[in-house]
Amino acid sequence: MTIALSRREFLKVSTALSGGLALEFSFPVASAAAAGAAATEVNAWIVIHPDDRVVIRIARSEMGQGTYTALAQLVAEELDCDWAKVSAEFASPNEHVRRNRIWGSMSTGGSQGVRSSQDYVRKAGASAREMLVAAAAEKWKVPAAECTAASGIVTHRPTGRRLRYGELAAAAAKLAPPQDVRLRDPADWKIAGKPLHRLDIPDKVRGKPVFAVDVTLPGMLHASIAQCPVFGGKVASVDARAALALRGVKKVVREEGFVAVVADSWWRANEALKKLKIEWDTAGNGQADNRSIAAMLRAGLAEAKLPQARKLGDVQAGLAAAAKVVEAEYQSPYLNHATMEPQTCTAWLKPEGFLEVWTSTQNGEASLAAAAEAAGLPLEKVEVHKMMLGGGFGRRGGPQDFVRQGVAIAKAMPGVPVKMMWSREEDMQHGFYRPASIVRMKAGLDNEGRVTALHTTIACPSILAVLMPNSVQRDGIDFSAVRTFSDLPYTVPNQQVDYAMRNGHVPVGFWRAPGQQNAYYRECFVDELAAAAGKDPVEFRLAILNAGDKNRLVLEAAAKAAGWGTALPAGVHRGVAVADGFGSYAAMVAEVSVSAAGEVRVHRIVLAIDSGHVVNPDTCRAQAESNVAFGLGSILYQEINVKDGRVVESNFHDFRLPAMAEMPKVETVLVPTGGFWGGHGEPAILPLTPAVCNAIYAATGKRVRSLPLKHHDLRRA
Amino acid sequence: MLKLNVNGRIRTVDVEPEMPLLWVLRDHLGLPGAKYGCGIAVCGACTVHVDGEPVRSCALPVSAAVGKKIVTIEGLAATGLHRIQQAWIDHEVPQCGYCQTGMIMAAAALLAKTPKPTDADIDATMTNLCRCGTYARVKTAIHALAGQSVAPPANKARGA
Repeated sequence: MTIALSRREFLKVSTALSGGLALEFSFPVASAAAAGAAATEVNAWIVIHPDDRVVIRIARSEMGQGTYTALAQLVAEELDCDWAKVSAEFASPNEHVRRNRIWGSMSTGGSQGVRSSQDYVRKAGASAREMLVAAAAEKWKVPAAECTAASGIVTHRPTGRRLRYGELAAAAAKLAPPQDVRLRDPADWKIAGKPLHRLDIPDKVRGKPVFAVDVTLPGMLHASIAQCPVFGGKVASVDARAALALRGVKKVVREEGFVAVVADSWWRANEALKKLKIEWDTAGNGQADNRSIAAMLRAGLAEAKLPQARKLGDVQAGLAAAAKVVEAEYQSPYLNHATMEPQTCTAWLKPEGFLEVWTSTQNGEASLAAAAEAAGLPLEKVEVHKMMLGGGFGRRGGPQDFVRQGVAIAKAMPGVPVKMMWSREEDMQHGFYRPASIVRMKAGLDNEGRVTALHTTIACPSILAVLMPNSVQRDGIDFSAVRTFSDLPYTVPNQQVDYAMRNGHVPVGFWRAPGQQNAYYRECFVDELAAAAGKDPVEFRLAILNAGDKNRLVLEAAAKAAGWGTALPAGVHRGVAVADGFGSYAAMVAEVSVSAAGEVRVHRIVLAIDSGHVVNPDTCRAQAESNVAFGLGSILYQEINVKDGRVVESNFHDFRLPAMAEMPKVETVLVPTGGFWGGHGEPAILPLTPAVCNAIYAATGKRVRSLPLKHHDLRRA
Repeated sequence: MLKLNVNGRIRTVDVEPEMPLLWVLRDHLGLPGAKYGCGIAVCGACTVHVDGEPVRSCALPVSAAVGKKIVTIEGLAATGLHRIQQAWIDHEVPQCGYCQTGMIMAAAALLAKTPKPTDADIDATMTNLCRCGTYARVKTAIHALAGQSVAPPANKARGA
């Protein structure tokens, strides 16, 4: 099988460098497939070395969620090799395009990494195993049915003869892949389904250069950039004289939307950037602020006729007939992803007209397309080296702004590799933010306290309109803005969901579990309904969930594990919420106390999650902890405010992350019921905010209808 | 020219005295283990040891480190893996891993002074920020290193 042109080329470069510099530069070449000429690609996913080392190619990205290891486990399970000899490498986006997109989707978002590639990666493993068996049978001149593959060895059962995968790979690769393969019953898994150590961790604890910010190339320069602080604005003029006079500064690059300083170290580039005198053309957006954005959303709510994302029965009649009507309005601010690794892209436009890019991306193919477009090169003339991501959370998938910028800078410095890294301030102020939204809910209860009608009106900017305009439904519905209401699991006979798409000038994007604020609104409002009906919040929900609904199952599991209804230490109160999304079902119980001074402390979170199957239970638990920490920041502190058309927050001092002391105990109950594949990267954040806010209500009698909590006075009256 | 003692070696660098130590390490000495996260000494991703103390190297002018012993993640273990790095692997601490080199350096400084830290000790001294939410596992790993009783990691089928 052909090894990628770019990969071979890259190997050549690194060989030429093998004195001194190669150490920092060795990461993309560390790919085992490139290192040994004798290694055989059995199929696109699997490379086997003569000494039985197996390299599994991973098309999705790794940002800490564990997909890199989980997918390797699934392939290794079906291949039935020795896990101790397995390593993984990222599939090359360039090769992917040239080989007719052989690795399926490279997009890493929506908790899709495992669940939407599990079928074809398992088949790749099973197919390779059958080819190895066939190769052994051919060698021994025996029927393949007499041979068994296990732990990297094919055995001829009647005679006990054995051949190792490493001895068979070359012959196996020459065989035609089987037409149809049978996948193992997950009940029989030996490698998948187990809490194996993640493959990427050892390098990370050693401080190896695995991230985009760590890329080092011969003669490489560094760049820092300033973008127009007002979204949509342009550079009007630049006076670069003072900057160019500073030590190490090589060039000032002016583009339509940003100015970059290129220097021999990042600090020098960034110091020089501060000396630029830039005038911006703010494109008429310089007046926008929190107030104008709220007014825009409220005007949407007031609209008489809006597109309907769901209509069931007759909501007006249902409300008119109700014994009791409950109404509430909830809202949330814009939020930034604030990945710990700022947006970064290294680009090198080589004299022969080939572009190489190193970046932290959630979609290698999208990065390749963006780089090629920015360079004016065909896709085959570009390679993207996917690095480990220092966090992603949705920031590095759809928007490839950082890749376009990195390539634009490289074009201005032909032949020289340039590593562009954003300062934290740029990163905070040039995000694709979780949309701010306002939602009104009106529900009717009958005499028995059952919900008979629910009318929801959502005013929210559309992520799809910004990033995937073709995916906005013809009637103006963005599913990510209406989810959790448009697919309400509760048995409410009369439902209507109206959606006011109001976009404004702030770019919005997929922030961990896009649409997750709707779960906050819905589950807090359901808590309000339970209180109005005088019922226990768990009982109230169970009564409006169908038998067999998996939301029911996880709700019962979480309530049981948390000891719902049992005594708690003085001052500690419980809240509950349930929601499904990203293929899984998640319910949570939060234990919270509120001090006399109004200080909120989250002590314990109990999550029950049904994802159908579990590929690595330890990684799934880690993702639960991750969702709690990520969501907790947005509950307690975080908001992105807009003033004079620009973002007010600039760094972690005013966009605060929870610290060690604030992290609650997280207990995760995995309740996989089989038969489907759900995600783990995002579902657990859905019930978090409402569970915590409902616990605050239990503690204080106060409803938290907007976030963050720092704006609420929860002191005891 | 400045002379620096980094990971037990004397290194000479020709940089501005006000350049933060972080950038000298990353861009001039080829030691990228310490990370840039905020540049204002808040997040701790850049934590290294200077004379045994954990410092935010993004906000320390390199001139202030002259004549002192600088240790980075690359120099934490004389050979192989430091026991803290091994504990981080055993307890599967990192997620994205970006903040973890700083987290490990902070933990090393804590354990050197307080061999058996309580949760409160850890909360008070480990102020490094992690966006992925590894805090609970950081604590588990530190307690394990201190020889205090903690639940063993879930059945691991393979060491790293």
